Amino acid sequence: MEAKSKSIAQTKAKRSELFRKLGPLIALIVLVTVVTFLNTNFISPTNLLNLLRQVSVNALIAFGMTFVIITGGIDLSVGSTLALSGALTAGILAAGVPPVVAIFAGLLIGAALGLLNGIVITKGKVAPFIATLATMTIFRGLTLVYTEGNPITGFSDDFTFLFFGRGYLFGIPFPVVLMAIAFGILFVLLHKMTFGRKTFAIGGNENASYIAGIKSDRVKYTVYAISGMMSALAGLILTSRLNSAQPTAGTAYELDAIAAVVIGGTSLAGGKGRIVGTLIGALIIGTLNNGLNLLGVSSFYQQVVRGIVIIIAVLLDRKK
Amino acid sequence: MKKLFGLLTIFTMFLLGACGSATLEGEQSDESEKVAEISPDEMTIGLSISTLNNPFFGQLQEGVEDKAEENGTTVRTVDAQDDTATQINGIDDLIQQGVDVLLINPVDSDAITPAIESANAAGIPVITLDRSSEGGEVVTLIASDNVQGGEMAAEHIVELVGENAKVVQLEGTPGASAANERGEGFNNVANEKLDIVDSQSANFSRSEGLTVMENLLQSNSDIDAVFAQNDEMALGAIEAIEAAGLEDIVVIGFDGNEDALAQIEEGRLDATVAQQPYEMGSLAVQAAYDYVSGKDVENVISSPLELMTAE
Repeated sequence: MEAKSKSIAQTKAKRSELFRKLGPLIALIVLVTVVTFLNTNFISPTNLLNLLRQVSVNALIAFGMTFVIITGGIDLSVGSTLALSGALTAGILAAGVPPVVAIFAGLLIGAALGLLNGIVITKGKVAPFIATLATMTIFRGLTLVYTEGNPITGFSDDFTFLFFGRGYLFGIPFPVVLMAIAFGILFVLLHKMTFGRKTFAIGGNENASYIAGIKSDRVKYTVYAISGMMSALAGLILTSRLNSAQPTAGTAYELDAIAAVVIGGTSLAGGKGRIVGTLIGALIIGTLNNGLNLLGVSSFYQQVVRGIVIIIAVLLDRKK
Repeated sequence: MKKLFGLLTIFTMFLLGACGSATLEGEQSDESEKVAEISPDEMTIGLSISTLNNPFFGQLQEGVEDKAEENGTTVRTVDAQDDTATQINGIDDLIQQGVDVLLINPVDSDAITPAIESANAAGIPVITLDRSSEGGEVVTLIASDNVQGGEMAAEHIVELVGENAKVVQLEGTPGASAANERGEGFNNVANEKLDIVDSQSANFSRSEGLTVMENLLQSNSDIDAVFAQNDEMALGAIEAIEAAGLEDIVVIGFDGNEDALAQIEEGRLDATVAQQPYEMGSLAVQAAYDYVSGKDVENVISSPLELMTAE
């Protein structure tokens, strides 16, 4: 008897595990099918590439956010980091620095801003929500100071920089290529390397991981730096794509990124999560935006629908 | 680490190998430049609005939709929620739907350029509303004639308080085209007929209008009239004037928003130069019909302004 009930419990656990992994994917497939059924334009290759390019900015931010949330933290400053690093990069380009150098400088600026978050959180022992809420307004304020509230324009008509946000490689938008590369690297980092195991360990039980000899401060620095760098990468794409650095760029982007992570099945409590899920979560949000636009749904209703989808995702997550 | 380096090497090689097939957005297709003639009832108009949270743009949208409905034209609207990236994505979606004409009310004149270039590449004619675009090919811009509006305000002040009266001007955000043009129009008339004792920026904001006006009242006695380059600043200025116990200063705003119209009824605000967003939307749809049927369309179409007073 005991053995039998144990095995039932096991299969149940297995089934819920499978559901956890496949749930978001099934949701995405259902969504795509429904939208395609209502408007066949959706499935056309040009629209799918268009959709992927729209998703790339949110997906990149959400990849970084996944690491942060797995450690049990949160990063509200991503949108402001995006704007500040975008504006500073535009300034660097305007000073005549070669685009490739400027792009790397921009990524480093993003990483440094993220590192600052990490330091405030670990050394200052400030809750991540509060620390990044503060840096969110600080970074936004600095962006406004630096840009004097006006967009920076006309800094570069160099092919390399324009290519970053507006280019096509083999007919695939370059931001999508960047998203794929970032995904590959971060997937290996999170799921195949010791750093990833430490990230999960801290989120699962910080004290236990400390006893096990994990230097949690270092892991956290890196995690927030990754989040900052991914935001900067998204910011560079936007700056290139919009041909201007907007002081208000990225406002409220943290919410879309968190939504993508949560829809993808990563637990806000930390310790559990998958970056594949985040990619699917970002695709679900992107498909909703794109699909509802194609179907001509009013933007007011779109916001309602997006909220409902997030709630459904969290409810499904809790049921497991 | 080895795994990561391996991955990086592969990506680098992939990128290097792909250099030959790199192209930019807006230059990949060359569809025919000629616009096919379509009758209004077969036409689909794509409308991208900067934000529907502002009643001004809500009325603009209504103007477009009502005019289109009269003629049996379908309208697809996307809301940019004041975000430049959201706007570009929305316009991409409209292009994907194969709309016949795009009406765009840009969030930002520079950042809209790539979207307009994409529309150009797809062979879809673009009409901009209220704000212009810095780049790309646009059929026409529908906007209020701000210079004329500034002149109207100055003329009205002359009418109310006579020539050589002492006036101050509250300017909008420095560099904003609306601020420059309204100021230019006002100065055209005021330099000759009025005495401008001071002119300062209050960034189109009500609270700054209040503080700037307080300062102006401190440094200048006997001001006869105030011209604010938008209603918000005018409403702030009124608060300052009333708090100072002064009553016979004439205040004129610009825009004609609901708050301002209500204050005119109450007799607190003397007048406002009202823009007519509904009319603007209607004019844009008419311009689309004209363009598609092969008629000549002017580069800039002025949307009418109206001086609203208590009468």
